[in-house]
Amino acid sequence: MDLIRLEQITKNYGNPGSDITTHVLKGVTFSIQEGEFLSIMGPSGSGKSTLMHIIGLLDRPTSGKYFLRGEDTSQLSDDQLARLRNKEIGFIFQSFNLLPRISVLENVVLPLSYVGLSQAKEEELALKVIRAVGMEHRINNMPNQLSGGEQQRVAIARAFVNNPSIIFADEPTGNLDSKSGQQVMSILQELNHQGHTVVLVTHESATAEHGTRMIKIHDGKILSDEPIINRLLADREGELGK
Amino acid sequence: MSLQNLKANKLRSFLTMLGIVVGIGSVIVIVSVGAGAQSLIVNQVTSVGSNLVGVLPGKSEKNSPPASIMGIKITTLTFSDAQALAQKNNVPHAVAVSPMVRGYEQISWKNHNNYFNFSGVTDKYIIVQNVAVAKGRFISENEALNMGKSLVLGSQVAEDLFQGQDPIGETVKIKGVSFQVVGVMEKKGSAGFENQDAQVFLPLATAQKMILGINYITVARIKIDDTKNIQPSINDIEALMRARHRIPGPDQDDFTVENSSQAIAALTTITDAIRYFLASIAAMSLVVGGIGIMNIMLVVVNERIKEIGLRQALGATKRDILNQFVLETTVVSLVGGIIGIAGGVSISVLVALIAKKLGYNWDLVISWQSLAVSTSISFLIGLIFGIYPAKKASRLSPMEALRYE
Repeated sequence: MDLIRLEQITKNYGNPGSDITTHVLKGVTFSIQEGEFLSIMGPSGSGKSTLMHIIGLLDRPTSGKYFLRGEDTSQLSDDQLARLRNKEIGFIFQSFNLLPRISVLENVVLPLSYVGLSQAKEEELALKVIRAVGMEHRINNMPNQLSGGEQQRVAIARAFVNNPSIIFADEPTGNLDSKSGQQVMSILQELNHQGHTVVLVTHESATAEHGTRMIKIHDGKILSDEPIINRLLADREGELGK
Repeated sequence: MSLQNLKANKLRSFLTMLGIVVGIGSVIVIVSVGAGAQSLIVNQVTSVGSNLVGVLPGKSEKNSPPASIMGIKITTLTFSDAQALAQKNNVPHAVAVSPMVRGYEQISWKNHNNYFNFSGVTDKYIIVQNVAVAKGRFISENEALNMGKSLVLGSQVAEDLFQGQDPIGETVKIKGVSFQVVGVMEKKGSAGFENQDAQVFLPLATAQKMILGINYITVARIKIDDTKNIQPSINDIEALMRARHRIPGPDQDDFTVENSSQAIAALTTITDAIRYFLASIAAMSLVVGGIGIMNIMLVVVNERIKEIGLRQALGATKRDILNQFVLETTVVSLVGGIIGIAGGVSISVLVALIAKKLGYNWDLVISWQSLAVSTSISFLIGLIFGIYPAKKASRLSPMEALRYE
């Protein structure tokens, strides 16, 4: 069974009181298999972020069907979607989106705080993922005491602390220098290697080519959907490698 | 988790709770200082003695004051009534009876003069009112009955009129009548609505006939030997008065018998009303404080839209977001309430200490109920004024919230 199946997804935005409707997605159909590293690539304004919000269950399509593990998500309530996001999905954002007033450890614990574990268990799980991204020496620091690359590594730790099946990354290297970007891509590839499905949204082909499959989107429609033959492998130390 | 936000914004959290701090603090202070002032008044009334019974002319309706207090002159009570009340076989438990008349006149000494309250009394006054003479002597029985020209000054009058000179033996004039000062009363302080220090005492018959030109008395106060004998004595007094005035039944009474416990009850009713009125004004400031909290929380929600979006993306349900903001508001309000209680209690203690230092008979009254009620009110304010901003936060769409800059 497909992990995710999209059928004829459209998304329109209209301003109330005005006749002008913007068609952002114009009938998108594809599926994602478990264990894939899918790169969705397109220029800004192509609809790729809207698509990611819909696949990430942050937004609902105007029309079309979205099945997650065979279940039609249009039937789910907002709270059911919230619980599904908590269990199945991890998010990584271009601007990191760490909460500024709480420590690294507390930021990583955040998704677990909606699960209902003991504090000891929460911290144990959080420390495990913080170690996996190499940030264990910074657990008590505040986000503004970290470099951009470090902040993004904390954000990645937060994205998979719940052990989700899918990790969404929206331009994860967009605000980073190339060395930090390489580290982030390397961690994503490692997570994919461990069995997490990764969906990466980017406008840079160099970043997109770290995946195993690429969907190019333009003007709300899929242009191409092909496996990546010559996949780039990021070096954890930040060196480029093939 | 939400408490970390409050800690991180210490100054703002404090300013937000200030309305509640002031509101709860003033309610505590008003309730406590009000109770202290009430105790002061009641203590002063009871210091005269709780086993006093007063006979006033005129019938009083149930639950309303006697007519004589309202300024209506009633002439039915006489000195011979007072003499009859003093007889052992009529009222066996009466220790002493003090008949009185009252007036307000200009009193002059040399070229000093001023208006003062005066009381025409007998020698029994100091026994019944439980007071003493500081200097000289009080009016004698002979002077009281036979129009003696002696006069006793209240402590304040002595100071005002004689300004430090010894008044004993001096001659003062009232309405052209010369009186010799024979004594000065001890300082007493005002009791209820009466200030003994600011009046002078004349022999009863002299005051009646030479100053006021009347032959009735305005009140007869009777000291009873024991509190438990007050009710039987009231019955004796009423029976005697009806017999003397040929009154067939209570409906036709031309007099009123009162004791000090009734006066205390009346005073308590009045002071209670004032206290509750002031406390309700203070309570209104709590509503203002609550609106202040709501205002700030709406700003906070706007500032944290992105955080709300992130939390939703990470799995927070609408209820999680709602709970978070309601919890924050409630904690702010509750902490504000507790600070307000601490401040209010401290001020009340301070007021009591100062009042005691100044020599007032002041009780520090802080009831646990008022503390418990204040705590629950501040909790409720947080809840009520927190719900609207929290609802607003929980209704945000996760995608819109995340995109918000």
